[in-house]
Amino acid sequence: MASMRDIQRRRNSIASTQQITKAMKLVSTVKLQKTKAKAEESKPYFDHMYATVTSMLARSGIVDHKYLRAGASDKKGVIVISSNRGLAGGYNSNIVKLITKGDLADKELRLYTIGGKGKEALERKGYPVAADYSDVINAPLYSDAAQISRRVLEDFEKGEIGEIYLAYTSFKNTVVHVPKLLKLLPVEFEASDLSEKEKNTPMNYKPGEEEALDIIIPKYITSLLYGALTEAVASENGARMQAMDSATSNAEDMIESLGLQYNRARQGSITQELTEIIAGAEAVE
Amino acid sequence: MAADNLFDLEIITPDRVFYTGKAKMLELNTVEGEIGIYKNHIPLTTVLEPGIAIITEEDGKKEAALHAGFMEILGDKITILAEVAEWPDEIDVRRAEEAKIRAERRLQTNDANLNMTRAELALHKALVRMELADHVSGKK
Repeated sequence: MASMRDIQRRRNSIASTQQITKAMKLVSTVKLQKTKAKAEESKPYFDHMYATVTSMLARSGIVDHKYLRAGASDKKGVIVISSNRGLAGGYNSNIVKLITKGDLADKELRLYTIGGKGKEALERKGYPVAADYSDVINAPLYSDAAQISRRVLEDFEKGEIGEIYLAYTSFKNTVVHVPKLLKLLPVEFEASDLSEKEKNTPMNYKPGEEEALDIIIPKYITSLLYGALTEAVASENGARMQAMDSATSNAEDMIESLGLQYNRARQGSITQELTEIIAGAEAVE
Repeated sequence: MAADNLFDLEIITPDRVFYTGKAKMLELNTVEGEIGIYKNHIPLTTVLEPGIAIITEEDGKKEAALHAGFMEILGDKITILAEVAEWPDEIDVRRAEEAKIRAERRLQTNDANLNMTRAELALHKALVRMELADHVSGKK
């Protein structure tokens, strides 16, 4: 059995770890509130953008636009959103798994990473990283999203990538975060989402349909990316909060069981001492 | 009845719902020039240029700066998705002036690497901000 001092030392070290995890939990709870509010604020823009673009495409019936057909290249560009910091449970490894084990597993990829952890893990596995924007994830701005989408669209137009995907963790609620793979380009839409009436309302475009699409689709991609960034940041903090919560309660359990062990060891040592004294006293008689 | 000539207007930016309400008339700047919209406009999707939007409500006018975005008019509902939207009191005039000078300098350097359209856009945005801020302070 471990000695009393060993047990004591172990208990103290766990107690100080617990303090850290508790503090981290509190910090991420506060951050979660903030980032969640931000994600919710960007939601209406994102939803309207999606509705507008899909209804536009369904109505116009344009099929042969540069953003609506796959590019010549077989390579698929993937924007991967993870986090810069660890200790967030499965948050980062789930995103990495989405790339390595998901639908894209056997395809040739070109990655655009946002978030250092995902970048490191995927680089180690031998995926080529075309560009990295990890500094963005701490406080994503709309202009950051615009910059990234401009770069990715340039590569798409140059024919370096044929399709664009977005891998991020969508924020369902405080406890449920789902890693998601979204196809950005070519734009896909379900015509059946629209009611008959919507489909039949004629729409006028100024400037012409093609030019309007040229301008609106990059905005659409940017808004999807921005929405994904805000959701991912909220998910990251949610995941960290959960991870730190369970770490704190695990530490609690361990401290409790070590307390029992400690008491048992103490009892044992007292009993032993007593037996020794009694044995000594008997020997003197 | 007065309520008959009102339409629903929604202006949304990535960070917030900027404006929702009923308006009598809306004037704004599009890539095809300035347009004014009343109720029962034909369905239209158009791309916006940086400019001042004037919202005429039943009891008074409101002005706001809109930078980049697009507008969808469908039936009695107008939705504007703007990348940036600001009320006059949110505009920092000094910052706009600085941005204007910066953009002008960049345009003068004739650097081959310079993205002309972006610099011009920045200049345009700064001018819109200053104009709106001027406008409002002049009225007071």
